[in-house]
Amino acid sequence: MDKPAIPNSFRTGPDEQGMFGIFGGRFVAETLMPLILDLERHWNEVKNDPDFKAELTDLSTHYAGRPSKLYFAEGLTRHLREVSSAKGRGGGAKVYFKREDLNHTGSHKINNCLGQILLAKRMGKKRIIAETGAGQHGVAAATVAARFGFPCVVYMGATDVARQSPNVFRMKLLGAEVRPVTAGHGTLKDAMNEALRDWVTNVEDTYYLIGTAAGPHPYPELVRDFQSVIGTEARAQILEQEGRLPDTIIACVGGGSNAIGLFHPFLDDRQVRIIGIEAGGRGLDGVEHCASMNAGAPGVLHGNRTYLLQNADGQIMDGHSISAGLDYPGVGPEHSWLRDSGRVEYVPILDDEALEAFKLTTRVEGIIPALESAHAIAHAVKIVPDMDKDQIVIVNLSGRGDKDVHTVASMLGMEI
Amino acid sequence: MTTRIDRRMAKLKSEGRPALVTYFMSGDPDYDTALSIMKALPKAGADIIEMGMPFSDPMADGPAIQAAGLRALKGGQTLVKTLKMASEFRAADQETPIVLMGYYNPIYIHGVDRFLSDALASGIDGLIVVDLPPEMDEELCIPALKAGINFIRLATPTTDDKRLPKVLQNTSGFVYYVSMTGITGSALADTGKVAAAVKCIKGHTDLPVCVGFGVKTAEQARVIGANADGVVVGTAIVNAVANVLGPKGEKTADPAEAVATLVSGLAQGVRAARLAAAE
Repeated sequence: MDKPAIPNSFRTGPDEQGMFGIFGGRFVAETLMPLILDLERHWNEVKNDPDFKAELTDLSTHYAGRPSKLYFAEGLTRHLREVSSAKGRGGGAKVYFKREDLNHTGSHKINNCLGQILLAKRMGKKRIIAETGAGQHGVAAATVAARFGFPCVVYMGATDVARQSPNVFRMKLLGAEVRPVTAGHGTLKDAMNEALRDWVTNVEDTYYLIGTAAGPHPYPELVRDFQSVIGTEARAQILEQEGRLPDTIIACVGGGSNAIGLFHPFLDDRQVRIIGIEAGGRGLDGVEHCASMNAGAPGVLHGNRTYLLQNADGQIMDGHSISAGLDYPGVGPEHSWLRDSGRVEYVPILDDEALEAFKLTTRVEGIIPALESAHAIAHAVKIVPDMDKDQIVIVNLSGRGDKDVHTVASMLGMEI
Repeated sequence: MTTRIDRRMAKLKSEGRPALVTYFMSGDPDYDTALSIMKALPKAGADIIEMGMPFSDPMADGPAIQAAGLRALKGGQTLVKTLKMASEFRAADQETPIVLMGYYNPIYIHGVDRFLSDALASGIDGLIVVDLPPEMDEELCIPALKAGINFIRLATPTTDDKRLPKVLQNTSGFVYYVSMTGITGSALADTGKVAAAVKCIKGHTDLPVCVGFGVKTAEQARVIGANADGVVVGTAIVNAVANVLGPKGEKTADPAEAVATLVSGLAQGVRAARLAAAE
């Protein structure tokens, strides 16, 4: 495939049609089209509205706990320097964690939910629906719905309901109705289909609070903008703490909202290497992975064109990842464009590698990372020993791992 | 340029009755059975055939059509086989229009140009692609019109007067009015509202307007048909197939016969609509 021409800036997308190059767009049923246009109108109104910004900033500060810290991971850095020395390299970059795990509800998902609930309020909507995979977005959506007094329905694949029961309980405590989706294979993709069916049925009063930087325009743009607080803060913090930009930034990519949030403010800093980590599952040779950008092809699903795991007939495949949050056969359209333009590298990390990084981080940092974030850490573990000591790496610690202890225990053959 | 759809619609107009448009899922539960169902449709009184192209993620469809699509995929159906089925049907029937209905991705992956030439060669007359609104017309709609295939658009209760011209702009063959906001197979909407909406659309276009989503019985077909140029029935037909399949997918009766019985009744319904409308 031809590579798109290198643009003057990587931060101008999407265009008026909601396209990032050939990716993105508005591939939705006619019933939804007026709703999406209405959302776009409201979004364009609020995105530069100082009152809206002020309200969001106030909530982010006092409710969610922002800014999140940029933490020098000294224990991990020391460990990786020892690894480097043992290899005879004598290097090892400084590793920083962007601590999204410290946010209210325990992940970056709250950033987007606070922004969208304020938008829903402005639009006069009366009811919130959301989809969730691991339950992190479902919990964040249920949280803001509780805070602002909206009834909330969360669609969750039946398989995920079974493997993420603590989050299901949290959502119920928060007053949300969790509807298990048995259609298809009962994972995030099916939950998203069902949320869209709900939306198409309840067009008058319902706001669809989508959880990642995907779906029809303007969702990829607005979710990115709400998540970009991560990268904007990290950029200012590293300049303050180190006096310069990092050499490399790393984030995991499922749908890709935490990654685009970290990456976007750095896209035009050409000296910063940017790496997105896909779920390599049990390896890219088979079908048990979710590496849509490494092993998929461009296609159309859930309102946008993007890289998808699919067969030769254009049927969407079910992926696999140890982490439910990365278990999605597609990716946000801006990532697809950044991949093809060459600005961002996307590499896979296997289940086992993520699990090792999970254990390592817990041991040397006293931080239990989400399995999703452990994928990003695992890549840092791979590359940092071959970097120099005066180099800097920022890893987005997108969420905390309390939710994953059952999964990890069963992987390690332990009873809890 | 007139197509089979134009000719069929003109003929029905001269007869003064609405069209019965029947949807079935190609490949459900298997290729041969689905082909026998397809062949049974015109004999039972169907005027236009909508052939469902199965897709793994049918976001606008209810449980019945979702399940039918999954049965078809499990039975090995592909886009290529759907086109093959159409051409087998076409070999014995030169008149009945065939409209392919489904989602964009399988077409996109097949390749738009290749798809259009294969579809023409298979005797396809029109396309309904649920996830291609007018905003995405460059993808398939414009190339299809250039190739001589009708692109049939869905208008919905959320399509207001302001948006309607945009929806109708590149539509040809007929306009498919979705009777309610929701997924296929839901309860039928208020028929008075539907009649008003059809009248509104007809104020903007000379194209025939067919109404679908929620029509399941001959009586409903008669009522809807009294104020529309066509009545689309899908979920009821797909259910007629599902009803003669056992728990393991084995056939407990002939699906083609079950569909034919249902469609004959619906055909009587639309024919009665003419009498009602004529009075």
